[in-house]
Amino acid sequence: MARALVNIPRKAKRGEVIEIKALISHPMETGYRRDSTGKVYPRDIINRFVCTYNGAEIFRADLFPAIAANPFLSFFTVATDSGVIALQWTGDDGQTQTEMANITVE
Amino acid sequence: MSRRSTIARSTRRRFLAAAGAALAGSAVVPVVLVRPARATPETMAVAIRDVIGEARVREGRVKIDLPPLVENGNSVTMTVSVESPMTEADHVTGIFVFNEKNPQPNVGSFHLTPRAGKARVSTRIRLGDTQTVVAIAQLSDGSFWSGSADVVVTVPACLEYE
Repeated sequence: MARALVNIPRKAKRGEVIEIKALISHPMETGYRRDSTGKVYPRDIINRFVCTYNGAEIFRADLFPAIAANPFLSFFTVATDSGVIALQWTGDDGQTQTEMANITVE
Repeated sequence: MSRRSTIARSTRRRFLAAAGAALAGSAVVPVVLVRPARATPETMAVAIRDVIGEARVREGRVKIDLPPLVENGNSVTMTVSVESPMTEADHVTGIFVFNEKNPQPNVGSFHLTPRAGKARVSTRIRLGDTQTVVAIAQLSDGSFWSGSADVVVTVPACLEYE
């Protein structure tokens, strides 16, 4: 599976707006690139990203080939409760990868 | 017999003419096909209509942070922020980003909830040419707002493969 880097604060005050940063290694092959013989490299991108907080969706992104390789995303959420923040990437081939982080809210 | 050969010759001539035309055609067509079709401001407008329908888009509230001059179009940091209190009653539900001149007009669509607290999204994008990037925000009241940024790209994404 691809290497993913996730940056979520471990602790937060209740009601605090926290930043979630996520990066995953992926070529994001656009489907417009050709090799030296003119053959097109088939498109292979991560087309969907979903973030859930204790099971409830808080952020979702549809990605297109214009997103750079090793797609990086940063967004915000209000720290409501202690629990698990899960990030899931889905590729064109239907494969998914999920990363989870625990957060303690005081 | 002489009549038959005349017919044969004329058919052969026609065939040669047709083949010649086909060859000429095939010589031209790949040159056109090798270059991926570029999005244009018109295709971007169509892509925007696909997302928002016939709704009116007002300018304002949306800010795109992109460097005005980009050396490498393969990875350009972009931040889109929308002025919004992000409450249950008044929040941003979607941010849609488009470009004019990449092979495809769509860049990304981001779906937010009031739980975001702050309507701001960052990512890294590819830019195939000097162009305008447009972001459209959908608010919970159904209104649409837009912002744009002009970027000069010195080395476009994917240049080495064309």
